[in-house]
Order: sequence, then structure tokens, then C-alpha cells
Amino acid sequence: MVGKTESQNGAVKATAAPAMNLESDLFSNFSFKSFKLKTKQQELLLRVSILGLVYILAFITRLFSVLRYESMIHEFDPYFNYRTTLFLTEKGFYEFWNWFDSESWYPLGRIIGGTLYPGLMVTAAFIYWTLRFLRFAVHIREVCVLTAPFFASNTTVVAYFFGKEIWDSGAGLVAAAFIAICPGYISRSVAGSYDNEGVAIFALLLTFYLFVKAVNTGSLAWALASAFGYFYMVSAWGGYVFIINLIPLYVLVLLITGRYSMRLYVAYNCMYVLGMLLAMQIRFVGFQHVQSGEHMAAMGVFFLMQVFYFLDWVKYMLSDTKLFQAFLRITVTSAIAVGALALGVGTASGYISPWTGRFYSLLDPTYAKDNIPIIASVSEHQPTAWSSFMFDFHILLFLFPAGLYFCFKKLSDATIFIVMYGLTSMYFAGVMVRLILVATPAVCLISAIAVSATIKNLTSLLRTKSKTAVAGSSKGTGGSKASSKASFDQSQPFQKNGAIALLLGAFYLLSKYATHCTWVTSEAYSSPSIVLAARGAHGNRVIFDDYREAYFWLRQNTPPDAKVMSWWDYGYQITAMGNRTVIVDNNTWNNTHIATVGRAMSSYEDEAYEIMRSLDVDYVLVVFGGVTGYSSDDINKFLWMVRIGGGVFPVIKEPDYLVNGDYRVDKGAAPKMLNCL
Amino acid sequence: MGVRRKMALRFDLIIFTILLFASPVLSDLILSKVDRRIDLTSQIVENEGSEPVSEVLLAFPDLQVKDLALLKASPHEGKGKVKSLSASLPVENVKPNGMPAALTFYAVKLPKALGKGDSYTFDVLAVFAHALRPFPEKITQADIQLVVFQESAFYLTPYVVKVQSLSVKLPESRIESYTKLENTKIHGSEIKYGPYENLPSFSYSPIVVHFESNQPFAVAQEVVREIEISHWGNVQVTEHYKLVHGGAQNKGEFSRLDYQARPTIRGASAFKYLIAKMPPRVHSVYYRDEIGNISTSNLWGDSKKTELLIEPRYPLFGGWRTAFTIGYGLPLKDFLFELEGNRFLNITFGSPMNELVIDNLIVKVVLPEGSGDISVSAPFPVNQWEETKLSHLDLTGRPVVVLQKTNVVPEHNQFFQVYYKFSKLSMLREPFMLIFGFFSLFVAGIVYMHVDMSISKSSAAYLARLQWDEVQAAIQQVENVINRCLTTHDKLEASLRDLSRTGDVQACKAARKAADGLLKELSKELKLVLSFLQSSSAASQILPKVEELVAKEKDLQEKVMAKHSTVVDCYEKKTGIRDSENRVAAQQQKITALRQEVENLLELIDEI
Repeated sequence: MVGKTESQNGAVKATAAPAMNLESDLFSNFSFKSFKLKTKQQELLLRVSILGLVYILAFITRLFSVLRYESMIHEFDPYFNYRTTLFLTEKGFYEFWNWFDSESWYPLGRIIGGTLYPGLMVTAAFIYWTLRFLRFAVHIREVCVLTAPFFASNTTVVAYFFGKEIWDSGAGLVAAAFIAICPGYISRSVAGSYDNEGVAIFALLLTFYLFVKAVNTGSLAWALASAFGYFYMVSAWGGYVFIINLIPLYVLVLLITGRYSMRLYVAYNCMYVLGMLLAMQIRFVGFQHVQSGEHMAAMGVFFLMQVFYFLDWVKYMLSDTKLFQAFLRITVTSAIAVGALALGVGTASGYISPWTGRFYSLLDPTYAKDNIPIIASVSEHQPTAWSSFMFDFHILLFLFPAGLYFCFKKLSDATIFIVMYGLTSMYFAGVMVRLILVATPAVCLISAIAVSATIKNLTSLLRTKSKTAVAGSSKGTGGSKASSKASFDQSQPFQKNGAIALLLGAFYLLSKYATHCTWVTSEAYSSPSIVLAARGAHGNRVIFDDYREAYFWLRQNTPPDAKVMSWWDYGYQITAMGNRTVIVDNNTWNNTHIATVGRAMSSYEDEAYEIMRSLDVDYVLVVFGGVTGYSSDDINKFLWMVRIGGGVFPVIKEPDYLVNGDYRVDKGAAPKMLNCL
Repeated sequence: MGVRRKMALRFDLIIFTILLFASPVLSDLILSKVDRRIDLTSQIVENEGSEPVSEVLLAFPDLQVKDLALLKASPHEGKGKVKSLSASLPVENVKPNGMPAALTFYAVKLPKALGKGDSYTFDVLAVFAHALRPFPEKITQADIQLVVFQESAFYLTPYVVKVQSLSVKLPESRIESYTKLENTKIHGSEIKYGPYENLPSFSYSPIVVHFESNQPFAVAQEVVREIEISHWGNVQVTEHYKLVHGGAQNKGEFSRLDYQARPTIRGASAFKYLIAKMPPRVHSVYYRDEIGNISTSNLWGDSKKTELLIEPRYPLFGGWRTAFTIGYGLPLKDFLFELEGNRFLNITFGSPMNELVIDNLIVKVVLPEGSGDISVSAPFPVNQWEETKLSHLDLTGRPVVVLQKTNVVPEHNQFFQVYYKFSKLSMLREPFMLIFGFFSLFVAGIVYMHVDMSISKSSAAYLARLQWDEVQAAIQQVENVINRCLTTHDKLEASLRDLSRTGDVQACKAARKAADGLLKELSKELKLVLSFLQSSSAASQILPKVEELVAKEKDLQEKVMAKHSTVVDCYEKKTGIRDSENRVAAQQQKITALRQEVENLLELIDEI
């Protein structure tokens, strides 16, 4: 009942936000005539209060998961993050930095401090310490659960400023409202989804905003701020690679289109050099930032900028254009030659590492399927279906091209950036489901431009009309209407009605969007995936809490040094909730190790026993969903165990487990398959 | 694995009557009811002659003493009725000389010394935990659980016993085996030993009873109860349990499927739920553990009590453990009272769980910050110390009284009191802290908005900004003036309308005069601002617009005046209204156009 009323509240608020936007436009133009003195302040007040409402809305719409279920950590990776955050708050930063974790990847262990992005944990710990300092005795779990909604709220503010920077404050407000409730973003930032992405999208958008601001103003301070934003992003998520490739690409496009300016030079150089130095402080990134293939584009563009600057200077010194042309040709060829040579030598000597598999699979969607089964086995790495685009973006998908049109119509440095961001991220979103998240801010911003520009045009049309009407009526009983106005009316006979109809249409679409978002959030994205809920026969809610039952049993009733073998999906949860050592977990850094587990799972019982003894395994956790009809159990994942195991140990062959190319587990299944179960 | 034995002792100068009931920890009786009736003639007492006897010794073997949870003696009231709440006799641990070393003695002080031939009857209640031993020690999921109880058929006492009997009450009629002595009878689920007559002191005859018991042995290894008082109307109780099933260890595997299908057969010894009896008007009950909320619980209640049924995450088989936390809020006025300026909390000591033996119970009473003069009165001896706890909005921390007791059984669920002093004013401290916090936040905001934070006061950008601010102020002023002019025009128009309605020329003229004066003043003001704008360099781009605006406005003003005079003239000269309308119409059109332009300009400037 509570959930239901809340959902209605959410819907009402959600519709209220864009509606208020419209009103702010209309309102400021109509009724403020009498208060002309304070228009500015009132506009500011309106803007701030709308932004405040959007801020709150973004937070509370993500609390569905807490209302429907409870204040708990969701999914798989967040459990690892939670565990590390707990460690950080208990042991302090220094211990955290040098943490060697022997509880996972038995018997190898994992150097946690050096193999994770600490941004999220440090942020949560910092919030926790601040609250503690302010005498609020909160539990670290509550902080972790609410970190993602909090940062989502902050993202709306950044979206507002970004929208203001690239278009106007109206677009900023619409963008803030859009991003606050966009399902594509909510899917990764509901309360309890304590994952890197929750913080990273904020950092991503902040970096972009600050960089665009730096390019627009040419100010060193903004470039510096953007470098720090980049640093935060690097510390938070591996997706920083997107920034360090998109920004050089953008700069390159500006250079090619002849928009090179001193502002760009200052912004990019400061951001790149400082950002690089800062990023190298993160242990997980380290020297990769100057050595790996993913980062080379940024470096290349950096040198290109210097060449441009040099050419500019030479052009200024040389008054003779002919001489300059010749010089230009020589310099450009030699620069390209030197660059290519450096890249070639670097790659050949192994100084520059080649692209990683994940990066390849982004550029070529079929790559992972053929070469790295472990990447292909994750459902969120699958190519995106149309339906999920529609599900996550709803009307934004249609507004996106319209927004692109407006951007092209008013081309500036900032709009070029947002166009490039939108197009590239849209491509990546098509390649991998999870990258819809990265595309979401761009889609929201561009759609916001479309909505804001359209509504502004329509209302300005309405405004002139109503003004003449007011003037006409104030004329009193005078019989003769001004002929000039009549002719003006006749030139666009249905303009006013058309504008009203369009406005209503836009309003309808926006309210539909808000309802859709609320529905998606409450129904699809608020499930913690550990606790399952279903409707019982009498309409009551039945809760399946079997995962936690198993983990808690492990925690309470096994010796503290027991080793648990399970498929890698459950690794993080076992270590966090069960507090026991696991063989493999969701940080899939050692493919061979996972393959060994896959082999153990897919061999005959006696062979499997040998393998497990050699790994010191005390307990094996398998998930079977046959009784309750839970579809993502280990039987379902079994083929992937076979594939991944087979990738390393050729003894295991996939066709052994299939019957005529079909996968079945009933009595018609392949004999080898049955024997392994 | 607790055994609760109720023992009543009837005392005579010549005859002791001792009643001993042994019943299990669980009220529905795990083990038995031992009914022990012993008549004995005390030689010692008689030998003492006229010396009055003031205490009676009770003896227990050391092995039992470590599990002794409660020992209580009370005067006997009525036949066979034991009222544990009646005034009890003081009991203390003593070490008399010349007694066997393996025994521990407790002395019961009698209310009055007994003379020769006097008799006195009293009841002794002794409760033991962990007196039952599962045998066999390991069973599978489908097996039933068997337990063993060992006792002496004769009451162990330093005195001579005249007549005594013992009855053992068992929970179920299925008895695997029991020691057969002479005079042993069995009635359904009750075994009777005796009566035996004239037994010497320290007579001992071990008996063993082996019987079926599928009652879960819920043992809490540690329970921490935290009772937090908020003077805003709430007593928050949080209880952390560490539970273990103390019965026969589960061996082999556990099949959930079997358990789900036939829970009574495949899992008879498993322990499924606990019931907590809570006070009425309990609210915000929760049940969770380290990894989250546990959804398998049920709460119901009426005006007398509230009952909470909780199921652990998994059925507990023998030897399995679990841990969880329950918490609930209670209304303050039910538990906190005031007495001569002192406040005291009156709340139960033990856990609200039924049928639970607690090895180690720690009760923490968290008093509000700033309370002092703390003292505790408990109905039985407990260890006690003090701590402080930092909670929401605390500066120095809240004083915490910690009470600790081992071997706690439901009989310990008695009220205890914590007395302390707390002034009403300190209650307001935390709200004030919050108010002050927000206030200072807003003050900081205001200060930030009004303080000039720029580092270099002479930089070009800074000066330009200052100038721009001034220009903006000036433009605001211009707009202001123009707006006032426009309202004056409106007034004139209104006066004209009045004129057409009433024909009062004088009023109209007066309005005109007032407007004239006002407009003159305004134009003076405008001139001043304009001259400033002209002198300022930062205003150069906006100046033409402003000048245009002013010019237009002046034009408009003239037109309005002209119209006004025309209309007034018409009325004075009494020319036809139709005539005047014709002349005015042309002027009106111009005025409207001009007004439109002025307004447009105003908006334009506003946007800049």
C-alpha cells in the first residue's frame, strides 16, 4: 500500500517537474508585468526551486527499492564494494591501500588496493566520516545504499549547468528533469546499487561540463577543475577511457573544422597534462596511462596541438603566405611521420601495450564471442536490443534526432561536443547493454535541447498573440480595429491554435515519459536480485530469500577458514555475506582459474572431486531454480561453464553436452551432460 | 538443553519436607517434573538442643552448580502451590567446615530461629540450565532426538531425611529406558521414585532417564539487550541474539526438498520458530541480521500483549547456529516514572523470548545525554559497570549502565529499576544544536553572497565587473522610472474614462495636474541616471537602446497629454462626444503603437 501511494506521488511529482518548466516560461511572461521590478529575482527563485524539486525527485524516485524491499546492497559487484568500504572505514586508508585479500581467488589471493578503482569507496567513507563528525550516528551500510541516489541528484545539477552551457538555462532545467528520472540511468543508481557507475556518471558529466566550460571561456581555472573531475572519474570507474578518447576526438574534430583557438589550446593541454599526472596516481591505472594503446589517441592529439600552436606562431612570424604553405606541408608530413614512427616503434618494442579484449569488443561486437567467452558470458555485455533502448529512453529516443537538428542549426564549440558525445555513446550503447548508461546523459541533454527549443518557439508565438489580444481589449470600446494587426493575423491563420495543439502534444508526451519512468523504476529496476518477490496465489507478496539463507548458513555454520567453490557470479556475495574464502569471484582477472572451476563443474563426479581436492575446496555452492521456477540458476549457466572451461582445457568439448545442437536437461539430454549433474 | 527444576522444601524441627519439581526449560516440558518429597528427622538440629537454628543448608554437586541459573527459597503457602513472587528468604553461598569438597552449599536464612520441636516449611526453587544431554550425540535429519537426564533418586542433603519421594515428569510418553530402583512406578509420562524412608545424610543413588524429546533446545550463547531512553517519548529496545541449537548434532546432509515436503518427519528435531512476548503498544518492530532484513516473521497482538513470531533464515538443526537482531519501540510513559525529582526506568530484565536459555546476558541501559546520579536495583545479583555511547548529536556521549548475568532463564524475566537524574532543559539541547547548525549554514550563505571574495581588487576584470554592476543598477532605475511613467499614463486614461462616465471635468483636471507634477519629477530623475549612463564606458553597448527607450517614452508622454487635453477641451466646450471621439481615435492609434514599442524595448533591455 505504501509502495503504491508512493508511486503515485512519484508520478505526480515527475510530471510536475517538466510541467513547471513550461510554466516558468509562460509565467514569467504573463503575470510578471505588474512586478516588473523583481522579474530577475523571481526567475532566479523559480529556477532554483525547480532545480531543488528535481534534485529531491531524483533522490526519492530511487528509493523505490528501499520501500519495496529494504535498505540493502543489490546485485553482485556492489557487495564487493560494500565489503571494501567496510574495510576502509574500519582499518583506515593506509591499510586499504595495501590490502592483500586472501579470502578471494584462493589460493592465489588478490591485491585489492592495487586492482580496484577506489573512488567509490573513498567517497562513501568520506560521506560516512563527515556525517559522523556532524554527530549523526549512521551505519556505513545506509551510507552505501544511499550513495548512488545522492550522486544521481548531484548529476541533475551538473546536467542543468551543462545544458545551460551548451544551450540556455531552460534546456538546462529540462535536461535536469530528464536525467533525474531517465530509466537508463536509474537502472544503475537506485538505492542499494552501490556500484562504480553510480558515482562515475556524475564524474563523467562533471568532467565534460568543466571541459566544455574551459573551451568556451579559455580559462585555466576551469581546465584545472576539469582535470580534477577527470581524476575523480579515473578513480571511480574504468569507463574513464571513454573520456580520454572522446575529448581528443572532439579536439581533433574542432581542429579539422578549423575551429582551433587559444581557448581550446589552453583547455586541452591543461586538462590532458594535469589529468594524466593525476590519473597516474591511481594504482590500478599507473603507467598504463602513457603506455597502453587506449590512451595513445589523447597523447597524439596533445602533440598535434603543439604542432598547431607552432604553425600558428610561424604563420604570425612569416608574412609570406606562399612560404607558409610550403612550411605547412613539410611540418605536417614530418609530424605525421614522426608520430607514426613513434607509435610503430613503441608497439614493436612492447612499450605500448596493445588494446585489451574489452576495448576490442567495443569496437567490434563480434570479437568477444569468438575470442573471450568470459566477456561474452555476462548478460550486460550483450548487444542491445531495440526494445531495451525503448525501455530505457522512451520518448528521448525520438527527441534525440530532433535535438541533433537543433544542435546542427546552432553550431558552436559546445554543441559540437554534445553532438559527438551523443553519437559516439549511442554507438557504444548499441554494442553493449550496460553502456546505455553512458549514453543516457548525452541523450537527455540533446533531447532537452529539442524540448526546450520547441517549447520556447511555441510559447513565444503564443506570447505575441496574447499580447496583441491584451492590447486590443485595453483599447476599450473603440469600434475600429487596427487593420495592421488583422493582416498580421491573416498571414498565419492557424498559428495560435497550432501552437497550442503542439504544446499540448509536447506536454502529453512529457507526462507519458514521466509515468513510464516511474513505472519502470518501480517495477523493473528496483529489485535487488538477491531477494526475489512474486505474487502468491492470493495476491500477497511472496519473498524468496534463499540466497541469503544459504550465505548466512555458510557464515554461521562453517569453519571460518572454509573454502567455498561456486560459479564466479556468486563469489563477491559469498565473501561479503558469507564471510568465507572463495575460489573465483566476479573480478574475472584470472581466466585459467575460472576455467578450472568450470572444468570441475562440468566433469564427472570422480574427476571433479580430484580437481576440488587440489583446490582445497570444503564446500560447493550450486544454485538450482527448478522448484521455484527461478531461471538464472546454475543449470542455465552450465553451458558457459563448459565454454569457458573448454577455452582453456580442450578436454571439455561443448558438443558433448548438446543433443543435435540443442541444450536440454531432461532425460533426452546428452549422456555426458547427465553424468556431470 | 536446559532443565528447570522446581524444588520445594518443607522444614520441621523434627521433620523436613522437601518438594522438588524438575521441569524442563520449556514450559511444555522437555524433561520432566521431578516431584521430590522427603521426610527426614534432623539429628543435627535435635542434637543442638535448645540452641536455636537460624539457617538451613542446601547442597548441590559442583557439576550442577555451574549450570545453576536460579535458586530461590520462599515460605511455603498452601499445599503444593509454589508462588515464586512471594517474599523470598535470603540465600547465600557458604562453605561450612567438615563437608565434602565436591559439594557447594547454600544457606537459607530462616525468618525466625527455630527452637526445639518447631517446624517451618519453605519451598526452594532451583533452575538448572544444560542438564540434558543428547544421546546419541549425532543424528541425521530424519532421526528423532533422544536425551539423557541424570540425577540422584535421593535428595542430597547434609541432613537425615525421613521420607522422600521423587517424580520425574517427561514431555512425551516414549521413554527409551530408566533406572529401576525399588519402589519405582510409572504413570504415563511420569516416573515416581519412592517414597523412601529414613535415609542417612548424603545418601546418593544415581538414576538415568533416557527419553525422546524433539523439543528444540534453543540456547542463546550471548544476548545483548540495549534499552535506549529518549525523553521525546520512546524507549527503544534492540536485542542481539547469538543462537545455537543445543540438541543432537546433525550429521550427514540436509535436504531442503525433504524438509519442505515433510517437515514433521524429515526435520522433527529442527527448530523452526521462536515466539517473543512483548509488552502492549509496542511499535516499529524489526527483525534482521548482519546481511539484511529477515522476511519470515509475524506480529499480532491485542491490548494486553503483543506476540512476535520469528523464524530464522533456515531451520536450525542440532549444532547449527544463527544470529539475529530484533528491535522495537515502547511508549515512554509505560516504563519511565518520576519519583521525588528522580526518574526511574522500570523494565524487565530478561529477553522476551519464550523458552530460551541465555548463557550470557548483557543488558545495557542507555540514558539520555546529561543524566547523572545513576543507580540500579535488580532483584538478583548481577555484574554491573558503566560505559558511554556516542549516538546522534552527542557531544560527550550518553551514560550507559551495563548489567551482566550468566545462565539466564525465563524466571529471570523480572522488573529491575534504573534511577537517574535528568533535567528537562537538557532535552532541548539537541533541537537547539540543529537549529544553530542550520542557522549558521544560512548565515554563512548570506555572508558568502555579500562579501567580496576577489583576491585582486585592482584587476581589470574586477573593475569591469564592478562597473557593470553599477550600470545594471542604473538601468534598473531607468526601467523603474519608465514603468512609473507608464502607470501615470494609465492613471490619466482612467481619469478620462471617469470623465466620460461622470462628466466631472474638475476631477479630471486635478488628475492631470498631479500627473504633470509626477512626470516632471520623474523626468528629472531620468536625466540624472541617463547622464551617469552616458559617462560610463561599460554601458556603451546598451546606451543606444536606453536612449531610444527614453525618447519613445517622451513621445508617448506628449501624445497622451495631447489626447488628454483634447478630450478635456471637448468636454469643456461641450462639443459633441462623437466629434471628440473622431479626433481622439487618430491619437489613440499612435499612442497604442508607441506604447507597444516602449514595452518591447523594456523587454529587450531586460534581456540584455
